[in-house]
Amino acid sequence: MADPLALFRVMLTIREAELALARLFAENEVPGFIHLSVGQEGVAAGVCSALGPGDSLVSTHRGHGHAIARGIALEGFFAEVMGRSGGICRGHGGSMHVADLARGMLGANGIVGAGAPIALGAALAHQVRGTKGVTVAFFGDGALAEGALHETLNMAAVWRLPLLLVCENNGWAEFSRSDTQVALKLSAWAAAFGVPHNEVDGIDAAAVADTAAEAVAALRRGEGPYVLEARTHRWRGHFEGDPQRYRDPEETGHMAAHDPLARSRTALLAAGIAEAELEVAERAALTAVAAAITGVRAMPPPDWETAQLGAYAPAKG
Amino acid sequence: MPELRMTQAIQRALAEALTEDPEVILLGEDIGAAGGPFGATRGLQEKFGPERVRDTPISEAGIVGAAVGAALSGLKPVAEIMFMDFITLAMDALVNQAAKARFMFGGEQGAPLVLRTPHGGGVSAGPQHSQCLEAWLCHVPGLKVVCPATPVDAYGLLKSAIADPDPVVVIENKALYALKGEVGETPEAVPIGHARHVRPGRDATILAYGAAVGWALTAADLLADQGVEAELLDLRSLQPWDEQAVLESLSRTHHLVIAHEAVEAFGVGAEIAARIAEIGFDDLDGPILRVAAPFLPVPFARELEAAYRPDAARIAEAVRRTLA
Repeated sequence: MADPLALFRVMLTIREAELALARLFAENEVPGFIHLSVGQEGVAAGVCSALGPGDSLVSTHRGHGHAIARGIALEGFFAEVMGRSGGICRGHGGSMHVADLARGMLGANGIVGAGAPIALGAALAHQVRGTKGVTVAFFGDGALAEGALHETLNMAAVWRLPLLLVCENNGWAEFSRSDTQVALKLSAWAAAFGVPHNEVDGIDAAAVADTAAEAVAALRRGEGPYVLEARTHRWRGHFEGDPQRYRDPEETGHMAAHDPLARSRTALLAAGIAEAELEVAERAALTAVAAAITGVRAMPPPDWETAQLGAYAPAKG
Repeated sequence: MPELRMTQAIQRALAEALTEDPEVILLGEDIGAAGGPFGATRGLQEKFGPERVRDTPISEAGIVGAAVGAALSGLKPVAEIMFMDFITLAMDALVNQAAKARFMFGGEQGAPLVLRTPHGGGVSAGPQHSQCLEAWLCHVPGLKVVCPATPVDAYGLLKSAIADPDPVVVIENKALYALKGEVGETPEAVPIGHARHVRPGRDATILAYGAAVGWALTAADLLADQGVEAELLDLRSLQPWDEQAVLESLSRTHHLVIAHEAVEAFGVGAEIAARIAEIGFDDLDGPILRVAAPFLPVPFARELEAAYRPDAARIAEAVRRTLA
């Protein structure tokens, strides 16, 4: 059983970090484009709570939450997304390429669906080495239209790899409703490959955590891949600044009804956790995010001379 | 020491790598139980097991994508794509993932996979099984590209590719798979980035790689009969390529002809010609000429393919033209 207060803390950090990024983006302190996962925190927190230090995961373009739930250092995270020298990837990648290889976090990805075969290879590495480790591939419902997903599930099933395919089903494929683009039901997809499928309410982080833990246990027993579908809600646009003209304001107006943090908070209070303790956690998340941003603002931009040497390993000798 | 065919030299390099390093795995279509479509992996699955010498489904994107993930996880995957034409199906994994990983993730760690794949025609394989697409890959920062012309180089470059900390594409020429050559008792790895001096000559430099090395050698013999001594360099590594060796040869011969099997337009020869025009201009006493394939898909019928492919006569003619 995952610790519900720990899940709450992780979700708070993700939420505060992403709301801060939205402000920084609006103030032109974040270059490029960013894709926020506000509203989807329950999935990242719940799934990552089921992983051990030797496990690996592959993320998506909407991946800040996955990195934070995996424990990435906030300063290195913000520095990367803000393009500063202390970025965990030295400012070479930005929001869509945040990786923390030391934590088995093999990168967000700018290509929809491309993370799945990479996760397949990481799961293959676990199997070849006999580590008992598992790999999570996060993907969105829109990515089901990509061939890479189908090759991945087939190969994982043929080889019985320890691969947990987690679909964050938010109903949107970039600017389009995913049901206008994907004819497939995830349960039928998994069944077609003889792979177990489970579905969970992504707003309920504790339920996600428990379901993911069951799936991971099956993977560690060598039972082959597993498809976990988490229904969730994308509160914001495809990217920050997306005017969302394609979206019914009625839907976006009711997002607070689908808030994993509010759900978690209510449950914690009902379980007897003192309001004051939750407020301490809330302040701690705000403080940690603010401190990271202050540190990043003091950093110089990445060094061009060093960056030019970065495409290949240094020559030996 | 008996001579080895190129496929046997490749098999030897793979067997040694599998023996020396438990992190090395092979994956590809029919490389295991079937021994490889050209026999280059014959016997390896029996010796090293189906876990490490892994037959894959017909899923090129999945194969190379999995190799990226395995490499990021610390394994040394050697993936095979059955024909170079099929890399089109794996280009995201190769170009957006493998090539970018080291830079995009900050430089500390990359995705050191090896991708073996055969290019080239001459076997009536037609438009989708004969292409030489190396220029595409040489254009992508983060990749290394090599192309051996002899069994000993096929062995030595593959050993270096497997030891390399970055992704390396090893392009084999399918018409050369049966070529025999001396490999030696204890062959050495061939460092990436160094050309091979095949034949000395004072009058002109011919730079070639892959199947064009053999044609160029024949061309040099034809020219020698006419009193023209051509020096032949086998490029071997296309990215990075050995600028110094070319400049050094040019400083003696002052004439350069570049020969390759791939399409001439926007090809490897175009890049080398442009670069040498920039940094070697003072040494040039004639135009840099290219001998390569026309801007056309590779045709199937024997007569058409023979007309399509460069050959020794055309290389010799180009040498005479630049000397004129």
